Amino acid sequence: MSIALTAARRTSRDGRERRRFPIGRALAWIYIAGVLFVTIFPFYWILRTALSNNYALATNPSSPLPVGFTFGAFERALGLSSPAEAAAQGGSGASLDILLYLRNSIIYATVLTACVVFCSALAAYAFARLRWRGRNLMFSIFLCALMVPGILTLLPNFVLIKDLGLTNSFAGMILPGALFSAFDIFFLRQFMLGLSTEVEEAAIIDGAGKLKVFFRIILPMTAVPITTLSLLTFINTWNDYFWPLLVTNDQSVRPLTLALAVFKQSSPQAAPDWAGLMAATLVAALPMLLLFTLFGRRIVNSIGFTGLK
Amino acid sequence: MATIYRATPAEPAEASRAVKRRGRNKQRTGSSAPAHRHDWQLGWLLIAPAIVGFVFFAAYPLIRGIYLSFTTFHVLSPPKWSGLDNLKELWHDDVFWSSLRVTVYFVGLSVVIGVLLSLATAVILHRLTRSTVIRGLIILPFLISGVVAALVWAWMLDTQLGIVNNVIEKLTGHTVMFLGSPTWAIPSVALISVWKSMGYNAILLFAGLQLIPGDVYEAARLDGAGEFQIFRRITVPLLRPVLAMVVILTVIGSFQVFDIVQVATQGGPANASLVLQMYIYNKAFTQFDFGYASTMSLALFAMLIAITFMQLRLTRANEADTN
Repeated sequence: MSIALTAARRTSRDGRERRRFPIGRALAWIYIAGVLFVTIFPFYWILRTALSNNYALATNPSSPLPVGFTFGAFERALGLSSPAEAAAQGGSGASLDILLYLRNSIIYATVLTACVVFCSALAAYAFARLRWRGRNLMFSIFLCALMVPGILTLLPNFVLIKDLGLTNSFAGMILPGALFSAFDIFFLRQFMLGLSTEVEEAAIIDGAGKLKVFFRIILPMTAVPITTLSLLTFINTWNDYFWPLLVTNDQSVRPLTLALAVFKQSSPQAAPDWAGLMAATLVAALPMLLLFTLFGRRIVNSIGFTGLK
Repeated sequence: MATIYRATPAEPAEASRAVKRRGRNKQRTGSSAPAHRHDWQLGWLLIAPAIVGFVFFAAYPLIRGIYLSFTTFHVLSPPKWSGLDNLKELWHDDVFWSSLRVTVYFVGLSVVIGVLLSLATAVILHRLTRSTVIRGLIILPFLISGVVAALVWAWMLDTQLGIVNNVIEKLTGHTVMFLGSPTWAIPSVALISVWKSMGYNAILLFAGLQLIPGDVYEAARLDGAGEFQIFRRITVPLLRPVLAMVVILTVIGSFQVFDIVQVATQGGPANASLVLQMYIYNKAFTQFDFGYASTMSLALFAMLIAITFMQLRLTRANEADTN
């Protein structure tokens, strides 16, 4: 007890950064290093496998470096190599038209993100800044939608899309998520409520309409949260698997995530083309990794913010 | 103490409601600012897209889903009302109960391991460093899809060529069939799921830790509290709202696990990792039994609601111990 007390006194005198337990601190750093290793190693392993020759992989499975270094797996994944070349490097006959799926994913995620964030910003403005009868009632109803999990609406939504004849189309994939997101509206409204009204009032006195105020003042002022929301929505949509699986069975509209899973299932169980699979995986994950290097700091900081509301 | 705490918030709520009511009356009697007179048209116009989306793709499907769960419906012919037949079938469906057991097992593993690991990571990170780079690296798995995560781990856990099994073989002399054996299938899938979500949860908890004022810790340290005591008596109680939220989010997310399982094990071997959502999907899209699939979604929904409310009650999620 007395030791603890003197130790405490010492730390308080020397400032907070002086630690009492260098061993504990070392163990803590070892723990963090371990967590980081487990987190990052699979990403390295994707790269290492993707640069290997699939036949050679079996000869030296635990080599930390690529075995029989080649870009063959990427060529197979991108559909650039001939079937004979692919077979020579241990590729399965199955090919994956990655560029097509990449295009599909980009259309799906971009259009959906742009639509839902824009519609939510409009609604958030109406809830935060305009006064109209029924506003609070509508807002409570929208909030209730936050409680309903996807599983309950996915099947009926599929039936609806099917009745509308929109299966296997971008419209069918995008429409259900493009207009309404309770979370986005709530998130943006909270932010807009916190904005100062002075600039708006000045603009209105100068004769600007409410719509003009929205586009010229509110939208630029909410650029930061809008970017954050767009990023998160884009990531979620890009990675979405279940909904595209329900509404598409044609490769002309299938997004990459889904195609990758199908590719895995169609590759032979006995000796899968792991190198090719990992190359395709890397291509599928690349846009997310790219976003991450560009916006990593913002994503990290926004998670705390959005999660805690 | 607790009773007092709970009794008080009612009054301010009452008061603010009264103020609101008064405010609204004033508005109706015509004293609203001229600037707001034409707001109602614009207001409804601006939320019109959201309302269309809400009505057609949230409210209508919800009602239709509940309706369909009391019908026999095979997509091609219109649904036929069948009352409680689906529920009776559910009651006697062994596969449903086994998939529910599998799901609960998966949820239990993911929640316990996932929350403990992310709590440890968050607390240690918070004590050691403010580095955004480390936090960024830790959430990396959150950014990739479950399909990608499952593919990588399926490769790394492969019995013959997987790196994990190679290491295990060098250490112990034999290999483990991670995804191919009934005993290991669910723990392995849970491990993949924990790997994917751990960093995200840790960052959420980290954000929660940053809200705890530093002087509380300093006071505790001055009073001679050790690291563990500080963790148990200060960090956990003050972090409780965020911790409860992370637990609830993990439970709800794990109950609806699908992509990881489908890619890693496809529900096998012999239904050993057939989780509920996968069974629902199979019923609907390989047997086209939409009515029954809807009944199961409704059951899953009911369970999620019950669990959420129970957890909110048990953890008193919306209040920290001191406030």
